[in-house]
Amino acid sequence: MADLAVEGRATVEGRDGEGFEPEVVGFLCNWCSYAGADLAGTSRLAYPTNLRVIRVMCSGRVDPETMIEPFLHGADAVMVLGCHPGDCHYLSGNYQAEQRVRTIWMVLDHLGIDRERLYLDWVSAAEGARFADMVSEFVARVRTLGPAGGGPASREGLSRGEFAFRAEVARRVAGGERFRWLVGRNKALSEEGNVYGEKVSPHKAAALMQSVIADECVRAAIEVLAGEAPVSVRDIASRLGISAQLVLEQAAYLKRRGLIELYDVSGRSPRYVRAGARA
Amino acid sequence: MACETRCPGGKTVGAVLVVGGGIGGMQAALDLAGSGFFVYMVETRPAIGGTMAQLDKTFPTNDCSMCIMSPKLVECGRHLNIDVITNSAVERVEGEAGDFTVTVVNRPRYVDPEKCTGCGVCAQHCPVGAARDTFNAGLGKRPSIYIDYPQAVPLAYVIDRDTCVGCGLCENMCLAGAIRYDDTPRERKLSVGAVVLAPGFRAFDPSVRREYGYGRYPNVVTSMEFERILSASGPYEGRVLRPSDGDIPQKIAFIQCVGSRDRAHGGRYCSSVCCMYATKEAVIAKEHAPGVQPTIFYMDMRSYGKGFDAYVERAKQEYGVRYVRTRVAEVAEVPATHNLIVSFESEDGGVVKEEFDLVVLSVGLEPPEDAGRFADVLGIQLDENGFARTGTLDPLATTRPGVFVCGAMQGPKDIPETVTQASGAAGAAGALLGSARGTLIREKTYPPEKDLRGVGPRVGVFICHCGINIGGVVDVPAVVEYAKTLPNVVYAERNLYTCSQDTQKRIQEKIEEHGLTRVVVASCTPRTHEPLFQETIREAGLNHYLFAMANIRDQCSWVHMYEPEKATEKANDLVRAAVAKAALLEPLERLPIEVKRSGLVIGGGLAGMIAALDLAEQGFQAYLVEAGPELGGHLRKIHFTLGGDDVQAYLRELVSRVMSNPLIEVHTSSEVKEIAGYLGNFRSRVLDRSRGNGEAGAICEVEFEHGVVIVATGASEFRPSGFLYGEHPGVMTQSELEARLASGVWPGQEQEQEQRRGQGKGKATEARGGLGPGLRRGRSVVMIQCVGSRDDEHDYCSRVCCSEAVKNAIRLKEADPDADVYILYRDIRTYGAREAYFEEARRRGVVFVRYPEGQMPVVSRSDDGAGARRGAGCADAYSACTSSDDGDGGSGWLVVEVTDTLLDERLAIPADIVVLSAGIAPNEGNKKVAQMLKVPLDESGFFLEAHMKLRPVDFATEGVFLAGLAHAPKTIDETIAQAHAAVARACTVLASGTIATEGIKSEVMKTRCTGCGLCVEACQYKALDIDPKDNVAKVNSALCKGCGLCAATCRCGALTLKGFTEEEILAEVSALC
Repeated sequence: MADLAVEGRATVEGRDGEGFEPEVVGFLCNWCSYAGADLAGTSRLAYPTNLRVIRVMCSGRVDPETMIEPFLHGADAVMVLGCHPGDCHYLSGNYQAEQRVRTIWMVLDHLGIDRERLYLDWVSAAEGARFADMVSEFVARVRTLGPAGGGPASREGLSRGEFAFRAEVARRVAGGERFRWLVGRNKALSEEGNVYGEKVSPHKAAALMQSVIADECVRAAIEVLAGEAPVSVRDIASRLGISAQLVLEQAAYLKRRGLIELYDVSGRSPRYVRAGARA
Repeated sequence: MACETRCPGGKTVGAVLVVGGGIGGMQAALDLAGSGFFVYMVETRPAIGGTMAQLDKTFPTNDCSMCIMSPKLVECGRHLNIDVITNSAVERVEGEAGDFTVTVVNRPRYVDPEKCTGCGVCAQHCPVGAARDTFNAGLGKRPSIYIDYPQAVPLAYVIDRDTCVGCGLCENMCLAGAIRYDDTPRERKLSVGAVVLAPGFRAFDPSVRREYGYGRYPNVVTSMEFERILSASGPYEGRVLRPSDGDIPQKIAFIQCVGSRDRAHGGRYCSSVCCMYATKEAVIAKEHAPGVQPTIFYMDMRSYGKGFDAYVERAKQEYGVRYVRTRVAEVAEVPATHNLIVSFESEDGGVVKEEFDLVVLSVGLEPPEDAGRFADVLGIQLDENGFARTGTLDPLATTRPGVFVCGAMQGPKDIPETVTQASGAAGAAGALLGSARGTLIREKTYPPEKDLRGVGPRVGVFICHCGINIGGVVDVPAVVEYAKTLPNVVYAERNLYTCSQDTQKRIQEKIEEHGLTRVVVASCTPRTHEPLFQETIREAGLNHYLFAMANIRDQCSWVHMYEPEKATEKANDLVRAAVAKAALLEPLERLPIEVKRSGLVIGGGLAGMIAALDLAEQGFQAYLVEAGPELGGHLRKIHFTLGGDDVQAYLRELVSRVMSNPLIEVHTSSEVKEIAGYLGNFRSRVLDRSRGNGEAGAICEVEFEHGVVIVATGASEFRPSGFLYGEHPGVMTQSELEARLASGVWPGQEQEQEQRRGQGKGKATEARGGLGPGLRRGRSVVMIQCVGSRDDEHDYCSRVCCSEAVKNAIRLKEADPDADVYILYRDIRTYGAREAYFEEARRRGVVFVRYPEGQMPVVSRSDDGAGARRGAGCADAYSACTSSDDGDGGSGWLVVEVTDTLLDERLAIPADIVVLSAGIAPNEGNKKVAQMLKVPLDESGFFLEAHMKLRPVDFATEGVFLAGLAHAPKTIDETIAQAHAAVARACTVLASGTIATEGIKSEVMKTRCTGCGLCVEACQYKALDIDPKDNVAKVNSALCKGCGLCAATCRCGALTLKGFTEEEILAEVSALC
């Protein structure tokens, strides 16, 4: 579909620099926010054309990976809109969505992608005007952030390639089992208690999340880089700008799990590739 | 009882007329249609929705009113077995229960609803802008051709003939050809077996209270007008502005009881909802404009419902809403600023004048405008307030058999009470017509689905012009051409209106002609139109779910009217995404699930017995399990009602009806040990200690299968501590007082009574007014309210105690006008028609003393010396007490010390009898039942319903329902209505023997699942659990609602939501970027 996307879109060349038209993908829940968007239409409230909406039954349906996916396809920002707290048609979907977005924000922070590119808010079925204002303001905001991967023209200063790399790392983190387990359990750990019946303090739970994200980001980055070409620990460390020791720890882990394998030894440095990539 | 009434004529018609299309009418219609009856819904307005459609938020959860209501609107509008007849009135009702003939007159709409697409071009062009916008409570203007609100059902415009000048422009603009200037009234005859009345209410017109200046001062508005001001879809888009100058008001005064509790104007009754809606409006105003300072001027804070007190507390603490207890004398305007001077009496009796920017009058609820006509047409009687006359013990039946009533027509009430009564009335009508169930319903039959195996996606795209609504902005022909270039698209065309009848046929022809296997429509919103197109393709042999929609009107042409090129480009993108998704769609099944046609009722009190009887009346087996040795529950302690009904006689009759019904199996002294299974297929184990081969105490275990569970475990009177309760024989609870009033036996008088009985005189008197021989004349009785309610341990109001106290106080006064009766209270909460009894009590000389929060009255023995410190105002009582110093069993008389907030004095009231109005405490056993059924309890320990507003008798767990005191404190009539309602809801499960599951549901890929259980936690409907056999998650498709939370939380990608799979969403993402 990616080739089609280029074909069907006239403004792509305007992405860097002047006349930047942000591409925004929105995930809207069927019952409240999508209805609010419809009401903006019924009320004929104009807002910028940059938003493309995908309807889901519940904001809680939006997978953490799915929140990042649009960035891999060239979107500059993503909106997740649900029902107001307490209004969720499925009782708690919006709370779960909020939890997921908050965690993905931590991942984006860690990777140096501006968290403002992922927007979360609530719109009721009666808030057509609020929806229109929200889209206008958000699109204006994204303009100030600049294009995703727009180099110096963007807030993060990341090149298109670097942005895509980091987004891919984020997507992998969001799809990782360890990360997802914590996202699913985090609230219960601090509110209902752990397997020993102890309540984990929110501070401690957040710290744990932070450290898991740090590890997972390194692991995902190694996997991505090792999937492109044979790389050494030193290569990876200099690419990521972190200590080689940190990389080694995670590379050793991935090696043990059979997720990367030894390719050759270049000089004194062993080089690795993603498992199966050799063939 | 409603369910006793049998259709007399022999003929039973399986259809019901529902009068009124508000939330009550909709609920009744959906429950009836869902349990096998055809429904005609007659609404006077051009659209259904009623008052709730006008509300911004609802208390106490601040839910968006439209958000929670619109699914019901759409369901009513689309239901095959609900005929929605709007803009119409009932003219005549002939015949009798079971077989009525109803004449309905359709007023001319001047627009053909079959042709009108609701696009609104006519209204945009209508040159008349003069009509007052009734939907916005008269704030603002609307054109002569209009719809009430954007989500209106039916979505068809109507011409207001009073203001229309007949210029002809709308006909000219309407490309659908829907305008009918020659429309005339039409008469229809309907044949129905029963009638459910739900016409709602009329708001009190405050202009008769001239002292408040409504209609004279622009900044005095009614609560309904203020509701519209707060609404995001209202005249000011939810900004809090005042009408005179559009400024944001700072100080807002709410004046309560305008048209309520008022002999001179409006009703003598309490309107039941104003304290809460004023609190809500104050809170929401504060949320919308943080600078607002709301003040509520009230008489008693009647926040008596579930969660209401906590809500008011939050309004005070978190939002800083100020509450002033007073009566407002007058509102005057400052002409220069249009500000308002509110004059009211202060606590110390002086008159205070305070300036406000805006005044909101909390107007009361009156009977609907045409209540009198209703009464004539339907042949029903009205009560003294003009509402439909009903009895406490049969609250939903009118005086004409076969005609039931619910909602505000029965008396002022809030949404949950209305919804409960609506379901209850549906249940009562269903019980009456049980034998005709299923005789008149329409069932749709479809051709077999085409076998698409081996056939790749062949997508047909239909793009709508929607008259000029889309075509005027988006270059539709260009989008069609673009669609033709997309992968898998084999056909694309455009239509003037894709939703028109002839286009439906065309789509079906094209499916045949081009062998289409997927259909994409690019038009308005799937929220309103997806079901229509799904039906169309299903009729052509394609599965419902092989359909995708692109919203190029509501979310494109209507919002990008100034950027046609970009709008066209966006339309292309949206079509591309819909086509990409369509290619991946798979046929989904709506599987029918077999249902066991029987119900388990837990609890044999009033609610449980009514529920069991209703189930049996509707033709289903009922298993009634009661923990105690006898049926009756809390009702055994109640002897009479406010209205004077003999409760114990009613109870005896009820028990005998339950015991003699062949479809009810009663287990007393029994306990439910285990409930397994799910909606439609439960299996329970019950320990019955009452049976066992005739040996007393032997236990036998019984097991039964059932389709539904009704939780009616009840509650009990709180057992007070302190107040010398249990230490002094003169201190008793309200129910103990009632037992003595009924029996005539008083503390210390047992001996004397025996003596008298020996002499053949004073028989225990049960007749009304009997004081019995025990209590001497001229005694002093002091009642203390809120014992075990509204305190730190019990943060809720027990709702019934004020009425109980008033009831027993009147009884005492009737028996002995010389008796001194005091009621020490915080707020008197005799809501609704109960207010009249509060008034009667005062008229009879019952003294009401208000004590401050946190300063509970203190009870002591007279020999403590407190009597000497007696305050003003109780000298008479004092003398009454001291003059009768014998017969107290040697315990001496009592003294109650209390701070009177009105006099700001500490009083010491001597008393012979102190009555504690003990609250309602939740059952200890609730926890166990909740765990067994996996349903939640609230913080107070009562069961928590699925939704406070719209699902008051349902649990989130399907197939489990709730009634009576187990839910929250409530009165007898409310309990009866709720029990009827629970069964009506249960019947929507039991009626057809099968239930269809939703096609969009979760699926587990077993090979990927690790059985970690994250999904089980994420699912709010208990639709997932881990199968212990192979340690993988299992979806119970009967319970799955298709929200997809599980798929988004799954750790290993084992769960997917069919209809919204990850692949489908990603296809959309990549097509859009």
